[in-house]
Amino acid sequence: MTPTRLDKVATKVIEVFVACVVLILLFLLSTILIQGVPHLSWHFLTSPSQSFAAGGGIVDQLFNSLYLLVLTLLISLPLAIGSAVYLNEYASDNWLTGLLRTAIEVLSSLPSVVVGLFGYLLFVIHFHFGFSILSGAIALTFFNLPLLTRSIEGALAAISDTQREAGLALGLSAWRTIRGVILPAALPGIVTGVILSAGRVFGEAAALIYTAGQSAPVVNYTNWNPLSSDSFLNPMRPAETLAVHIWKVNTEGVTPDAVSISAGASAVLIIVILLFNFLARLIGRHLYRKMTGNSNK
Amino acid sequence: MTSIKQELRHASKATREDVFGKVITYCCVAVIAVLVISILYFIASRGIATFTVNHVSLWSFISQTSWNPGLLDAHGQPQIGALAMMVTSFTVTILAAIIATPFALAVALYMTEIAPNRGARILQPVIELLVGIPSVVYGFIGLTVVVPYIRHLFGGTGMGILAGTLVLFVMILPTVTTLSVDALNALPGYLRDASLALGATRWQTIHKVLLRAATPRLLTAVIFGMARAFGEALAVQMVIGNAVLMPHGLVTPTATLTSQLTTQIGNTVMGTLPNNALWSLALVLLVMSLIFNLLIRFIGKRGQLS
Amino acid sequence: MATYDLTAHHIIEPGGPIALSTEKLQVFYGRQQAIFDATLNFPANQITALIGASGSGKSTYLRSLNRMNDKVARVTGKIMYQETNINDRTINVYAVRRHLGMVFQRPNPFAKSIYDNLTFALKATGIKSRTILDDRVEQSLKEAALWEEVKEDLHKSALALSGGQQQRLCIARALATQPEILLLDEPASALDPISTAKIEVTLKRLVERYTIIIVTHNMQQAARLSSYTAFLHLGHLIEFDKTPTIFQNPEMTATQDYITGNFG
Repeated sequence: MTPTRLDKVATKVIEVFVACVVLILLFLLSTILIQGVPHLSWHFLTSPSQSFAAGGGIVDQLFNSLYLLVLTLLISLPLAIGSAVYLNEYASDNWLTGLLRTAIEVLSSLPSVVVGLFGYLLFVIHFHFGFSILSGAIALTFFNLPLLTRSIEGALAAISDTQREAGLALGLSAWRTIRGVILPAALPGIVTGVILSAGRVFGEAAALIYTAGQSAPVVNYTNWNPLSSDSFLNPMRPAETLAVHIWKVNTEGVTPDAVSISAGASAVLIIVILLFNFLARLIGRHLYRKMTGNSNK
Repeated sequence: MTSIKQELRHASKATREDVFGKVITYCCVAVIAVLVISILYFIASRGIATFTVNHVSLWSFISQTSWNPGLLDAHGQPQIGALAMMVTSFTVTILAAIIATPFALAVALYMTEIAPNRGARILQPVIELLVGIPSVVYGFIGLTVVVPYIRHLFGGTGMGILAGTLVLFVMILPTVTTLSVDALNALPGYLRDASLALGATRWQTIHKVLLRAATPRLLTAVIFGMARAFGEALAVQMVIGNAVLMPHGLVTPTATLTSQLTTQIGNTVMGTLPNNALWSLALVLLVMSLIFNLLIRFIGKRGQLS
Repeated sequence: MATYDLTAHHIIEPGGPIALSTEKLQVFYGRQQAIFDATLNFPANQITALIGASGSGKSTYLRSLNRMNDKVARVTGKIMYQETNINDRTINVYAVRRHLGMVFQRPNPFAKSIYDNLTFALKATGIKSRTILDDRVEQSLKEAALWEEVKEDLHKSALALSGGQQQRLCIARALATQPEILLLDEPASALDPISTAKIEVTLKRLVERYTIIIVTHNMQQAARLSSYTAFLHLGHLIEFDKTPTIFQNPEMTATQDYITGNFG
């Protein structure tokens, strides 16, 4: 075969592989949506789940997923920003920094089930938190921290050093420069990273099975006292999330309409995550434009 | 004039701000460091209890295939052989990586070499969407689409290594692709230009120059994917069959380390042998994740030297 | 390029008051020495130009003066300002940098409004009064000859300004903290000729109130602007004299060769 002909063939082969990947994604999305969307109804979204009977909904799971997400971000965002600032702004290039970076890398490569089991061991059992939203949020924080830290560090690193010089040359402390100049300038990147990580947290189940638990007790959505045991805000109650629910109804096989529930729940998961991705782009772009002054009238 | 001199000689608000900033951010990384150390410590101390407290031999743990921590065998020894699970875990991981690599490379080449503008614009969101799909959803699709199809083709339950591999292949595809794209983008432009200027075709350039130059980083991309596949729990657990048996083919039910862990840890009592045995599986996962990490660093370093 | 005796130098004592001086200043990047024994007195309310080929260390020298090299290099020797050696660990660097303002090669306004660019450092030092802030903004913009162009758009993003306007904003920003000395590191090298001319006019006016030290690779600019010029070569301070002398009748061969374009 001549080189030119080989070149043409190779290009075609690559194109076929690429087409396959695109088709796989289209197949996945359409399967999830076609299977799931017909099951979506107001009833499905607003009724509690049923263990042994058909016709259950997902209202508690949906709320739990969102509540866990908010708590997780509340804990992990400040930690991640602090760590990223340290690594990108303060850390000098020595063995300690290397060690810290390695620690973060190790944490990010740990299987989420291992992270979940650690949370189970330490918080559920050792600290007697029990299966609870708090245990779950902490486990999710562990799972979320390394990636969030890295994406924020990336956003900070993308800010030109001339900005830092400008701040220093004005006699500002590095801290003031970081807070007042670098972090705001990195905001579009940070927001995008946070929303994308929110998508991952929202869909995560393995880290939650043994921390937030697999049951969704009936809660009272009008009780706003987080200390009261039946309040929906009580962080010490067990809370099955949407992703865990999909796993559970499929694994335990005692719910008669497991397939349609999981199909509906999967569709909800995917739609929410698509929404997050879309928002991440939109907000990131909007903030960027606002800061560079392109959208100013 | 004296006021300037005094200003120069005394700490100010800015001095205190910088101390404050350093302390605060240092505490944040310290939290992560403590966290990682405690994960390693707790899992390891639980995981070795099987061998130190229950006196199971490490050799039988890695060489035996019967897993029945609650029962004793004819010699009065508990049956704790994790070989079957390890074999399955490694098999699905390696097979998934073998299938995913050509797809990932093709997509990466398409995005960087063949159609950098149009390709990247279409494929970037595709990759991001694949990353975004949660693992339970992959498991659910595997269970409702892949497993019945395999059952239809090969009979049996349809669950097993093949189903696990197919699910994992799609799950690690975006990881391997993204890192391969980075690897190819990191190549200096003159490699490409020089090769093309010598009259090489695009494929010759890709095949003989670019892929070769990027080999170390492409390798780390695949290992990253394997690490992800090895540690994936729920999606695999949903389609693997969950029977702790040595796999006899690609379509017989079996179990991985992660699937056994997720299904069983809730059914055992803390501190008992069956529970310790499961923590040993978790320890294997942890050690493997560290090994993958080391491999990536090692290859990364070699790549920088050459 | 010919080799010169780098230890030989001709450095005059400028007339009039001294704003800043260095004594045996040495700068090291790791093991590499970038500045050797630079001893020099900078005259107050004059423009002093630092010239030299790339790699001569002129920017390094300038950036050591307000301690911008603290994190990247080791600086030994004395920098005397206000009868105080400011190259000392116990010195408050933040105060040093407020009194020795700096403008960089590339305009680097913050991604904030023009107003916020100018007031950010002031607010950090605790100035809260709106009238003081407004006054400083107007005054520093006028000094930097930018007021007329932006007075209507003070709350517009600074990134929407042109390159030359951005650089004048950076000068205004440095002036807003009311420094005594202004250090400029090739401030016009990234700008077009018209913007450059505007900057030069601005600097000429500023010298009545400030001591200006400017690094430039542009010899015409040095000749047009400065009253004193220092020539650096391979990290050594070779010659320092009145600008006309340097350009018409330099003492040292190295200076002569650089001025006439034999190298650099």
